[in-house]
Amino acid sequence: MKHTLSVLFENEFNAIPRIVGLFSGRGYSIDSISIGAAEEAGLTRATITTIGEEQVIEQIAKQLNKLVDVIKVVDLTFEPFVERELALVKVHSTPATRPEIVQIVDIFRAKIIDISTKTMTVEITGKEDKVDAAIGMLRPFGIREIARTGAVALKREFSGQA
Amino acid sequence: MENRQSVPSKSKTKAEPEILTGSDILIRALLEEGADTVFGYPGGSVIGLYDTLIRHPKLRHILVRHEQGATHAADGYARATGKPGIVFVTSGPGATNTVTGIANAYMDSIPIIVFTGQVASTMIGNDAFQEADIIGITRPITKHSYLVKKAEHIPRVVQEAFHLASTGRPGPVLVDLPKDVLASKAPYARKEGVSIRGYNPTYEGHTQQIAKAAKLIMEAKRPLVYAGGGVILADGSDDLRSLAMQGRIPVTTTLLGLGVFPEDHPLSLGMLGMHGTYAANMAITECDVVLAVGARFDDRVTGRLDAFSKDSKKIHIDIDPACIAKNVPVDVPIVGHIKNVLPILVSMVKKTDTAEWLGRIEGWKREHPLKYTAKPDRIAPQNVIETIADLTRHEAIVVTDVGQNQMWAAQYYRFKNPRSFLSSGGLGTMGFGLPAAIGAAFGRPDATVVCFTGDGGFQMNVQELATAVKNRLPIKIAILNNGYLGMVRQWQELFFEKRYSQTYIQEGNPDFVRLAEAYGAVGLRVVKPEDVAPAVRQALEVKDQPVVIDFIVDPEEKVMPMVPAGAPITNMME
Repeated sequence: MKHTLSVLFENEFNAIPRIVGLFSGRGYSIDSISIGAAEEAGLTRATITTIGEEQVIEQIAKQLNKLVDVIKVVDLTFEPFVERELALVKVHSTPATRPEIVQIVDIFRAKIIDISTKTMTVEITGKEDKVDAAIGMLRPFGIREIARTGAVALKREFSGQA
Repeated sequence: MENRQSVPSKSKTKAEPEILTGSDILIRALLEEGADTVFGYPGGSVIGLYDTLIRHPKLRHILVRHEQGATHAADGYARATGKPGIVFVTSGPGATNTVTGIANAYMDSIPIIVFTGQVASTMIGNDAFQEADIIGITRPITKHSYLVKKAEHIPRVVQEAFHLASTGRPGPVLVDLPKDVLASKAPYARKEGVSIRGYNPTYEGHTQQIAKAAKLIMEAKRPLVYAGGGVILADGSDDLRSLAMQGRIPVTTTLLGLGVFPEDHPLSLGMLGMHGTYAANMAITECDVVLAVGARFDDRVTGRLDAFSKDSKKIHIDIDPACIAKNVPVDVPIVGHIKNVLPILVSMVKKTDTAEWLGRIEGWKREHPLKYTAKPDRIAPQNVIETIADLTRHEAIVVTDVGQNQMWAAQYYRFKNPRSFLSSGGLGTMGFGLPAAIGAAFGRPDATVVCFTGDGGFQMNVQELATAVKNRLPIKIAILNNGYLGMVRQWQELFFEKRYSQTYIQEGNPDFVRLAEAYGAVGLRVVKPEDVAPAVRQALEVKDQPVVIDFIVDPEEKVMPMVPAGAPITNMME
């Protein structure tokens, strides 16, 4: 099944290869990895999605925890969590198709961030399935290029008792 | 700087930090960590470091003949003493030659610190002469690694490297030192204490879990201790002995756990697993509670997993949480340092009523002892081990190579003391024996060091005879020479219908006696069974140079019992 791991670490020299290597070293591929500065100066958070057996993922999580650079590892899969992904989609457009594309963009609460005579670039944010759906709807117009960030995720804090 | 000066005890020395080169800083930092011996080999990137070494006689440098030898020697030194072993090598090929030794130390959790030279930091990535991305190459086989970018960082990196290598689950640490960093000057400033935010091993076991474990053991009808190399690494042998003897609990050990429990004690079952004793494999299968201490349920121990110790409750004490329940589900996991956990267990576990269980075990031992049949005109390799064991009173430091010689040594030496069996367990590195024996001899000059090797493994690092001769190390190298890569030959005989593909090495083997003499060592050859003991006595008399004894042994002798790979461990060929 799909797992979403959140890894907080000190981005020292070689830290990212060490993290990634624990997956490849077990024959697992990373579906997406998104890395950026975390809440505290000097700390970095990676959100990693991968598909694998629970036992293997648990072992990877334990091994991640053992890395000297790593401060904290959470497998969000079994907890409520919020997740977003950003995609930039460059779609072929003509004066005739533009209104329809704009409509689709509106429905997905996406944004058009660039336009040329032959293309429009759309910014889509949301969960992976929403991004997939939006891309699916744009595909018939002809997609030139796609850049996706992969998921970023945090645990949901509200637990039902305000 | 202000902070450091305000520490009263250190204020004097820290007031005016000396300006030193990176090389000087490195050596001073090593000495401050208590290092006394380095195994190494010079080269272009570390030529300045080696020049600096001349001015620091307190740090003894042992010149090896191949960098792989340096890592194995450091590994043997660490296994024999408990102190981290240290290696200096140059960049590029010097660094890549250490890879097998690092992987070996990683698999067996041995603390070594490898300092590799690197091309100048301005050249890194340019495919410079003798450049290799050694940090990248060794990433999956080091506990941690550093690329040092400034000379002033060296003291902290050295402190952290020692701390990481030797605490928690020990392991190799690599420090890559660009040539310009070693040459540049910086103030020497060392802070006391190490604090690494992401590194906090759990040392104290969970009290309730320990109590639960004690209760399980006390209630058990058929308890068994399964002890591994972790007990030796933690220096927990005394506590384990107290626990077993007080609770009347039998003990089996892994290969790397040999010596944790005296094998002449009635509670000892010897080694378990693929070449374990009948009694040990039966006991782990039939017991109702297993206390696994510092062991990792390796495939060579468990055989087929779903048949391994099916009906037992399992308690697992280990410092590495990733080790627990990795292969086998565990009922009572205890993460902690063996040295902290075992004494608490000892205080809780009283004498248990295991008389009936011990009776059964006694029966297994009686009916299925380790045995071999010596042919009248041929030397049985097992007899060589037994003879050397007797003549060294089972107290030598025994270093082995990998394969049949290793297994026979494990089965027949009958160890009494921890840190007296040094062997490449996890990685199974042929060529480990001789250089590791050299490391052990430097670490424990008081001890008799015996290296059991084969005609195959010996040749994989034979160049280190020069290191042993130069340093007048009186190590005894016993070659169990059967003209074959014996363990592979054994598998071919049993599982590949005697097709001995590429395992016959007799043709081309050197005359090992003359080879020893060519290096300046003593060479002895033994071909008759009755000459084994006299030759060993003669070798033990030699105190100031290495002795190579070429025992021409029966090439058909096999390591038995044997469990075929992947079979349940009760499926023993005897």
